[in-house]
Amino acid sequence: MAHDTIIAALKAKFAELVTTEFRDNFRVVVAPARLFDVLQSLKDEHGFNMLFELTAADYLKYPKATDRFGVVYGLLNMATGVRIFVKTWLNEPDLTLPSAFPLWKGADWLEREVYDMYGILFDGHPDLRRILMPEAFTSFPLRKDYPLRGRGERHNFAVITRAES
Amino acid sequence: MALTIPDVMLARLDPLANWVRANSLWPMPFATACCGIELMATGASKHDIARFGAEVMRFSPRQCDLMIVAGRVVMKMLPVLQRIWTQMPEPKWCISMGACASSGGVFDTYAVVQGVDRFIPVDMYVPGCPPRPEQLIQAIIDLQAKIKQTGTLQGTEFGKRTEHKGPLPMHLN
Amino acid sequence: MPLEALPTLPEGPEKDYLWTLNFGPQHPATHTTLRLILTLDGETVVTAVPDIGFLHSGFEKLGEDLDFNQYVTIVDRMNYISPIMNEIAWHHTVEKLMGIELTPRCKYIRTILGELARISDHLLCAGAQALDLGAFTAFLYGFQQREVIYDIYETISGQRFHPSYTRVGGLLFDVTDQFIRKVRNFVKEFPKTHADMCRLLNRNRIFLERTQGIGVLSKELAIDLSCTGPLARSSGVVRDLRKDEPYLAYPDFQTAFKVVCAAEGDCYARYIVRMEEMIESLKIIDAAIENLPAGAVNVDVESKAVFPAQTSVYRSIESMIQHFELVMPNRQWTPPVDEVYGAIESPNGELGFYIVSDGTGVAYRARTRPPSYIHFAVFPYLIEGHQISDVVAVLGSLNIIAAELDR
Ligand code: SF4
Repeated sequence: MAHDTIIAALKAKFAELVTTEFRDNFRVVVAPARLFDVLQSLKDEHGFNMLFELTAADYLKYPKATDRFGVVYGLLNMATGVRIFVKTWLNEPDLTLPSAFPLWKGADWLEREVYDMYGILFDGHPDLRRILMPEAFTSFPLRKDYPLRGRGERHNFAVITRAES
Repeated sequence: MALTIPDVMLARLDPLANWVRANSLWPMPFATACCGIELMATGASKHDIARFGAEVMRFSPRQCDLMIVAGRVVMKMLPVLQRIWTQMPEPKWCISMGACASSGGVFDTYAVVQGVDRFIPVDMYVPGCPPRPEQLIQAIIDLQAKIKQTGTLQGTEFGKRTEHKGPLPMHLN
Repeated sequence: MPLEALPTLPEGPEKDYLWTLNFGPQHPATHTTLRLILTLDGETVVTAVPDIGFLHSGFEKLGEDLDFNQYVTIVDRMNYISPIMNEIAWHHTVEKLMGIELTPRCKYIRTILGELARISDHLLCAGAQALDLGAFTAFLYGFQQREVIYDIYETISGQRFHPSYTRVGGLLFDVTDQFIRKVRNFVKEFPKTHADMCRLLNRNRIFLERTQGIGVLSKELAIDLSCTGPLARSSGVVRDLRKDEPYLAYPDFQTAFKVVCAAEGDCYARYIVRMEEMIESLKIIDAAIENLPAGAVNVDVESKAVFPAQTSVYRSIESMIQHFELVMPNRQWTPPVDEVYGAIESPNGELGFYIVSDGTGVAYRARTRPPSYIHFAVFPYLIEGHQISDVVAVLGSLNIIAAELDR
């Protein structure tokens, strides 16, 4: 199977890799310090030329979780159709990852969204600012310690009456 | 039988003004989300809003007198909505179309404004998620009835309408 | 948007010719929700900076609050011009997480509904693209057939717009004969409308001149920017999940349809790919409705994933208990504690969900991979160097659905 050879080659190069598998998803778990090298090796040596997914999750309330944030990169080899997921763990206070923008231009907005929703910084991103929430917003809404209904920001506007308009 | 129109007709000016206003509503489609597609369907061939004199959708607020807020309005959008509302000339009316615009609907989340009536005055609410085109047409007919009953030729009373307050959010009561 | 976020402009005397134009969010071509900040040199666009988030409503946060069946009403509202596609994608991923294999009848029905949704999406997209360029009639023709598709949705679920029809392990109800009649009728009638639209637009001189050679996306760039779906296929990327990773009933229809591709990568190619895909979808619907298998639409009740039939809930204690277990928030399903990504080919491209499960009936994290979001990031690459009137043509051809873009 295609995954086995890729994972074996990766393991030979990066000794500390952990791999898991669930249904048809193959995952490689790597420390943030080696993340960029692993991504680069996957792109250059194994032909993963598309970054189809980049997302994060907050494991604050996850059963038996040891780390706070997980960031997931989904890579696709367009020639063979093989998909692979690269995952890395992050903990406060150091929420910085190297940006994948130099490898795939598609990482641009995906990284901005992760920053907007979780406050994870991407080092080397050309234009890292909020994308979905207003600039003045101060929280990171998808973190588990942010309430579903917000902290009242949604009602914080001036009211226009008939007489004023 | 052919309709014969007399050469001279007498009418009082106030009802005449109201009659004219009611039958040539120019909507400003503030169509943000799914309800906007139903608004398009109302304008398209099968339901044809033109039968009620309200088909002239204009995207410039200066030309419109009926704002149809179709879809959810979120934090980032609300200042835009308010600015467009203030840009429309009097007399003007507002229809809040769909559950989201009227109350937040299924989106009781941090970003969605729980009803535009908290921040701008609304004349007509259309329930539904999304409302059927027939419901929107009914709302326009009802609004026309409302327009025909109120208002004078000068239209000075439109500026004096009483202050509008929306309800409190449910979990604050 | 703060001023410092805008790109720096060239210094010196040339700078005096540049000016900035705010485009949207309240503009007919931006569907009231997109905003662009354009820097213009005369009529030529020098840079374009999109500003989005005008419809960010917290879908993914709601996904962490509602259970697998409840959240389907929310995903419905994501790509609102082909709602049922989102439902299929969501439950496809949930079923992948739980390892449920659907019954053949359910697979076929979902396939038919998905293809109907694809047709209605492409109809609106092609119609709106023409509408933005000034051709109103094609839009009205398109809407006529969309009403027929709405009617089919209403037949099966009672809601014409957001059917919320799929459930974990099956469907809300089985379809009726009336549904089959209506779909057959649609298959018969639709080619006429399609031909009408083609006659109006395909060789329309104004339409051609405003779309051909405009907004060209090269194959390499399309892959680099993660494009999928008709956008990538019109740039020569041959990839369609229906063929490459067949799901639902698609393994049975591999010979029934072709993947439509174009090489030019301009706005016209995107329009043509969408128009041709409708015909291919129609072939799938035709093959599926004529071979609709008999049997149950839900998986076996023993799997503890689906609600038992209403009559048996009233008559037997076991069914009653199972129904109760599935609706109680502290019982429900017990999926494996793991993470899974599942994707289908939506009308816009690869629509995927990434579910992190903590073993309860509510997703711990319900991430959407939204094709519109990824495709709108392409926009600045397409428009730079073109005229300002081409902004509308390119926007229309990308088919950006605001709720899917901002979620
Ligand atoms: S009321 Fe329903 S259909 Fe209308 S915008 Fe809200 S979610 Fe969409």
